Amino acid sequence: MNRTRILVQVALLLFATPSIAFAHLVNSGLGPFYDGALHLLLSPGDLLGLVAVALLAGLCGANAGRLTVLVLPIAWLLGGLLGFSLPGTLALPWLSVLSFVILGALVAADVKLAPQLVAALAGLYGALHGVLNGVALAAIDAGPSALSGIVLTVFTIALLTSAAVVSLRVAWSRIAVRVVGSWVVAVGILMLGWLGQGNA
Amino acid sequence: MKTSMHANVKSPASIAALVLTLIWPLAAWAHVESGQAGGFISGLSHPVSGMDHVLAMVAVGLWGAQLGAPALWLLPVAFPMMMAFGGLLGLLGAPLPGVEIGIAVSAVVLGGLILAEIRLPLVIAVVVVACFAIFHGHAHGTELEQGQNAMLYSLGFVIATGLLHGVGITIGLIHHWGVGRVILRGAGGLVMAGGLYFLWAAIA
Repeated sequence: MNRTRILVQVALLLFATPSIAFAHLVNSGLGPFYDGALHLLLSPGDLLGLVAVALLAGLCGANAGRLTVLVLPIAWLLGGLLGFSLPGTLALPWLSVLSFVILGALVAADVKLAPQLVAALAGLYGALHGVLNGVALAAIDAGPSALSGIVLTVFTIALLTSAAVVSLRVAWSRIAVRVVGSWVVAVGILMLGWLGQGNA
Repeated sequence: MKTSMHANVKSPASIAALVLTLIWPLAAWAHVESGQAGGFISGLSHPVSGMDHVLAMVAVGLWGAQLGAPALWLLPVAFPMMMAFGGLLGLLGAPLPGVEIGIAVSAVVLGGLILAEIRLPLVIAVVVVACFAIFHGHAHGTELEQGQNAMLYSLGFVIATGLLHGVGITIGLIHHWGVGRVILRGAGGLVMAGGLYFLWAAIA
């Protein structure tokens, strides 16, 4: 029992270990709102989980999709606002990778979850990445405009992706979604290796 | 048609778009992240740069198509995840003896299974493919060049592998026709022959 507790504590410490946040927005030339939007589109670590949670919501049906499209961007926004108030730089790469590995695995396994549970997962993912984005934006003095660009991009991607999956009727197209989920898991597993090696 | 194309090119909207593109303001990129695209392209091109890897990936798709559903999709779902697990082992420094031999044997075995049109039980088929995937991941998933983005390298690597499965599955669709079944078995023979060549090279 003690050994298990120690292992759990070590694992939690590992996942919560902060690393350097590479905080600089890509400059779109169109102002902070679009800089934020572009930042998300060019951040594969954020995008993979976002796409995975949207795919999961789509696979779990229209209700799950509707709830996710609402909960995910709101959680991302609230997390971002919270992140603005946190001091210093923060990046939780292990936790970030683990989050999209879990989401990808749920997609690959085509697990049927209740809409509320899917929304809760989306909320957790959104809040986590919102906080990380908020801290990173605060570190470079990028204000709420950049965050709103990120959040609206999150909303758009979640909406389009989950709606596209909900509308799938042909069996093989759902299988293609599951294959994408397995790719997300595979990338995540490799990333865990790179993180272990200190090369990510 | 030609007239309409000319009309489109000379339309005010086209000219405005062209002018907008030309005068688009670009800020100085003071903090360009290096290695981003390079990492993705490197990962994308890596699986197709080794013929042994290509043979096995395509063979997984061919065999899946030959076996039909659910193996058709279960094998390409299982492979990348187990391949990544092999990559994880490699990155964590866990030794895997005979990696090159394992890769060559994967092509020999998968090619042989296609050639003989052997229908293994689903669980065993997945286990066979998953075991070979570990060798491929251990050998190829860890070769990140200095300064490149690990996430994008991994993404490119996994996508390329998945697309090679897709190539195999697409070719394997000929299994639905009588002549196609024979051709598919012949393709299995070619994969097996290629695997034997690489096995010879790995041992010699």
